[in-house]
Amino acid sequence: MKRSKALTILRNGLLDENPTFRLVMGMCPTLAITTSVANGFGMGMAATFVLIFSNLFISMLRNFIPSKVRIPAYVVIIATFVTMAELFLEAYAYSLYESLGVFIPLIVVNCIILARAEAFASKNTPLYSALDGLAMGLGFTGALVIISAIREILGSGTILGFHLFGANFQPALMVSSAPGGFITLGLILGFINWMTNRKGGNKE
Amino acid sequence: MSTFANLTLIAISSMLVNNFVMAKFMGCCPFLGVSGKIKTATGMGVAVTFVMAMASVFTWMVQTWLLAPLGLDYLRTIAFILVIAALVQFVEMIIQKFSPALYDSLGVYLPLITTNCAVLGVAILNIENNYTLLQSLTNGLFGGLGFLLAIVLMAGIRERLENANIPQALRGFPITLIAAGLMAIAFLGFSGMIK
Repeated sequence: MKRSKALTILRNGLLDENPTFRLVMGMCPTLAITTSVANGFGMGMAATFVLIFSNLFISMLRNFIPSKVRIPAYVVIIATFVTMAELFLEAYAYSLYESLGVFIPLIVVNCIILARAEAFASKNTPLYSALDGLAMGLGFTGALVIISAIREILGSGTILGFHLFGANFQPALMVSSAPGGFITLGLILGFINWMTNRKGGNKE
Repeated sequence: MSTFANLTLIAISSMLVNNFVMAKFMGCCPFLGVSGKIKTATGMGVAVTFVMAMASVFTWMVQTWLLAPLGLDYLRTIAFILVIAALVQFVEMIIQKFSPALYDSLGVYLPLITTNCAVLGVAILNIENNYTLLQSLTNGLFGGLGFLLAIVLMAGIRERLENANIPQALRGFPITLIAAGLMAIAFLGFSGMIK
């Protein structure tokens, strides 16, 4: 495993090709469960687990799966690991399992996972693919934690359940409701664009 | 409560009050990705509606007659996604045969219906709510119509946005998300209708 290639993969997942902020994929869980940091982190970790192992196994099987049936084959592999994650959470983290609800089985249809299988794991060796899964998963987790921290602080005045502003704080319930999810993410993406444009402007 | 009243309630709930895109955040990817033009948005919406209704029926059958009697509930996710993938393939073949123009414009997005959360989501929610076959069909059909409504409205807004003067940084995805958020506020207005 070459060190430079490994570093590029990590950097791509975390920053340059961040699945949420750069590629704008996997919007459903990103918008739906980012009402608290605990939920965001839990969803990110579950997706990371699925990404690492689905990438690893799809990469190992890439020379055996006929290209015509590759999508159904990928989906079955992904669904297997999602089922494992679901059973694990139900057994060991029941409150998280309850609050993520239907969005745990819906990890199967998270575009990020299928996109990485198609774009990376089907063309690279198992070790790099697993690393790509880890990097993309951590990038996704980081994005979810950032969004959910903003929404939890503004929407309920807490962070990880601790009250920040005392009893008189009036939380902006709007931010933690459905419309707030869309608008918060829109503003974050706008901010990132603005930063990128400004940086590009300085270089010229 | 009579059956008809109950079905009406489910229909209104899944189409407006708990709209899949606006309230449950399911199906956001096609909602944001394919809502650029009203024509393609309508095609996508109709295809999703059809697949959601069919998927509700077939997954209900698989669950009730196959998984539940055999005690294979833990295979639900895998079984459902396979049923949905097969259905989508079927719909793709039909559209290709009867409307090549629509097939060309939907192109890459058709296989993406498989990975539309709303389809798998409605199938799982039907089972979790212990719906009967008729209730599941209603939930799927009207959930799909709700998706159609949301994506067509969104496409209408985005066609107007193209000519609007938007700050550089907000162009593209950010302004789309903000517009979607404002639409979601409008949909919140339905929330008093039931319960």
